[in-house]
Amino acid sequence: MFLHAKTPLSWRTQIRLLKRSIHGASIDEPSLARHSRPARIAPNPPAETSGADEPSLGQSDILLGTSEQALATPGIRFADGHGLRGPTGRGRQTRRMNLYQAIRDALGTALSSNPKAVVFGEDVSFGGVFRCSMGLTEEFGKKRVFNTPLTEQGIAGFGIGYASVGGCAIGEIQFGDYIFPAFDQLVNEAAKKRYGSGGSYPLAGGSLTIRAPIGSVGHGGLYHSQSPEGFFLGAAGLHVVIPRSPIQAKGLLLAAVRDPNPILVFEPKILYRAAIEEVPVDDYTLPIGQIDIVREGSDLTICSYGTPLYTCMRAINLLQDPPPSLLPFLPERLRPPNPAPSIQLVDIRTINPLPIPAIVEQVKKTGRMVLVHEAGKSGGVGNNVAGEVGRRAFEYLEAPIGLVSGWDTPVPLMYEKFYQPDVIRVFDKLVETLSY
Amino acid sequence: MSALATLRPRALRAARGIKPLRTTLPAVRYLQTDADKSEPIGELPSSSSEPFQVRLHADSFHSYRCDTPSTEVDITKDELIGMYQKMVQMRRMEQAADALYKQKLIRGFCHLAIGQEAVAVGMESAIDHEDRVITSYRCHTLAVMRGGTIKGVIAELMGRVDGMSFGKGGSMHIFTPSFFGGNGIVGAQVPVGAGIALAQKYLKKKTVTFAMYGDGASNQGQVFEAFNMAKLWNLPCVFTCENNKYGMGTSAERSSQNTSFFTRGDQIPGIQVNAMDILAVRKACEFAKEWTTSGKGPLVMELVTYRYGGHSMSDPGTTYRTREEVQQMRSEKDPIAGLKRYILDWGVTDEASLKAIDKAAKEEVDLAVEDAKKSAHPDVKEFWTDIYYKGTEPPFMRGREKEEVHFYNK
Repeated sequence: MFLHAKTPLSWRTQIRLLKRSIHGASIDEPSLARHSRPARIAPNPPAETSGADEPSLGQSDILLGTSEQALATPGIRFADGHGLRGPTGRGRQTRRMNLYQAIRDALGTALSSNPKAVVFGEDVSFGGVFRCSMGLTEEFGKKRVFNTPLTEQGIAGFGIGYASVGGCAIGEIQFGDYIFPAFDQLVNEAAKKRYGSGGSYPLAGGSLTIRAPIGSVGHGGLYHSQSPEGFFLGAAGLHVVIPRSPIQAKGLLLAAVRDPNPILVFEPKILYRAAIEEVPVDDYTLPIGQIDIVREGSDLTICSYGTPLYTCMRAINLLQDPPPSLLPFLPERLRPPNPAPSIQLVDIRTINPLPIPAIVEQVKKTGRMVLVHEAGKSGGVGNNVAGEVGRRAFEYLEAPIGLVSGWDTPVPLMYEKFYQPDVIRVFDKLVETLSY
Repeated sequence: MSALATLRPRALRAARGIKPLRTTLPAVRYLQTDADKSEPIGELPSSSSEPFQVRLHADSFHSYRCDTPSTEVDITKDELIGMYQKMVQMRRMEQAADALYKQKLIRGFCHLAIGQEAVAVGMESAIDHEDRVITSYRCHTLAVMRGGTIKGVIAELMGRVDGMSFGKGGSMHIFTPSFFGGNGIVGAQVPVGAGIALAQKYLKKKTVTFAMYGDGASNQGQVFEAFNMAKLWNLPCVFTCENNKYGMGTSAERSSQNTSFFTRGDQIPGIQVNAMDILAVRKACEFAKEWTTSGKGPLVMELVTYRYGGHSMSDPGTTYRTREEVQQMRSEKDPIAGLKRYILDWGVTDEASLKAIDKAAKEEVDLAVEDAKKSAHPDVKEFWTDIYYKGTEPPFMRGREKEEVHFYNK
């Protein structure tokens, strides 16, 4: 049908379209998709990859289970200026923590290392709804860890004011979904304050960090499962950071608290308890604005952040060792005994400003790219990255850039699990991109 | 009762040289919050539909920049029994929701109004279906009062097609033609309520909008934006602050510099009401309706009530207040027990017929739960509906994959 299109096409395009219809690879234009071949993989995932057999998040290879691995985290910088052997020369300690404990640890470190640091938000002095500030009031007092009214706009504005005069404000928005009342304050005031005052404000030492849990948990519905990071993409002046694990969370949060720019730290809420790692107990930071390569590879680069990284890892593992039921869906080339494709997994970490050059470099290395995130496709991070990579690495690309994301619907209450990118969707996109 | 000890207007508490503008409240008198301190004036009539007068406790109301409502309420025996029946049904329904949540048949978020029944039932007895109500996420009882059904609410909570939003809204999003819903975002419904009142004024209707919010939401900036607009344009809007003493886990005293929420309107007059006594709620709502529909502009009405449970299902409700406090409210100030005492003490009916009402309410709710359980989950095609107004959709909406793209047939 493509060859009968009314608009004359160049021979090069015609051959490409023909090739595509032979391979059966999908194209993004829905108007064409309607006439394309039926799904190669049924929308319902095969039984052995769903339900009870699915490995839990906590068992993922992404999480670092030993002190050695934890201390070898790329970019780790200890505040005392010493290396891995520590000030005593006898090495550094780590402790098993889940993500909310790592956040709690970082907040405690921030409060004890800076007398101007304050932690505030809705119900934080009772420990917060996700327990990220447990015991902080007892430890640092009511003046430094306090509850605010239910005033998101106020929390942001209040934090901006405090930071403007040199304070270290660490605010919490209880759910990322509630950040929209504060949107004006964050985008119009926080992001633009420095520019608008010609560098006069915030005063030296001032920093604003706003933490908020994001992402779906399976039953949060419209107002408790959204991923709002995409909305902040255009806010020049504002940083948005999304950690993937306890080690990353502590390091990135401490870096954010000490960064003079206003920073939003969005924490994937499903990881609060599920993700457990050996976390260095000393005060350390991880660099903001840099990507992290979770897994090296040479055939395809997956770029993602937050919870979907775990999904990607499982999809990669499926491709390394495909179960018999998936074999029929794999082209000959990707099936054993042929060697499994080598997939690279990159954690973008910083959503605004996007570390585009570093991502482009990785894509140039592998020639293929798949982006995965939980937020809907439109107005999201994926299309922004894909656009930039398409422009800058056009000649290096072997296949269209793949994007697996949430739907362009509200996060549904009853079918939330279908909203999240699942392992089969990622797997399918990998196969499609690899066999283009 | 330390939590309730601070109900006197702040203007009176702190004599900082700012003179209270005009208040009818003597300096040391507290709003009383008992549910059973009203007394009938004279003998009750024998007919159950003949109105008689009841005198509320003298401290059932406080006011700001206006006179307090009269403490004399007109009521009939039938109305008293009807109120009792509705309150018992509402409590049963909320308890059923609690149980269903714990059975994991209700997922997501669920906020119960156990203890606050006098608000919804009392308000409903004073207004009609031409009046409009909009409230926060704690909306189940109001949804039923405003023309919904128990089954419709329970099914909605369970995400079933028989739910009042066809299973697409859940606990916080239930609507009827005269009820503009629960709203998940704290305070966001208040300006919307002002807008509804603007429509009523524009259409020259003698009706009122009750824009309800909690003590927690009182600190939202947009509430004040709504106040300003409503007073500027003299809208028939009653800003109804349901003060249950705790905004989630933070008490009003810890979150608000002025806990006399009825004085928060600046130029807008306000009344504070003992909302544990359903007769006081009824009288206050009649007063508020009369005030707003007679062209005097908006009114702030603070209904002082108490929630027995936690803020939501994940909050046990005991980390920020003592068990004794909750227990004391339950045993001494319960609105249902208060009304029951009126009915029995005044000889409206006997204990046996109240027991029969209790039993019938339980059966009705049980039946509604069973019916709701039989209802199906929404069809997957419902994913694509209601994103845009029917008939105005774009040609297609994208799903996850090309095969799931939905085309709208116009």
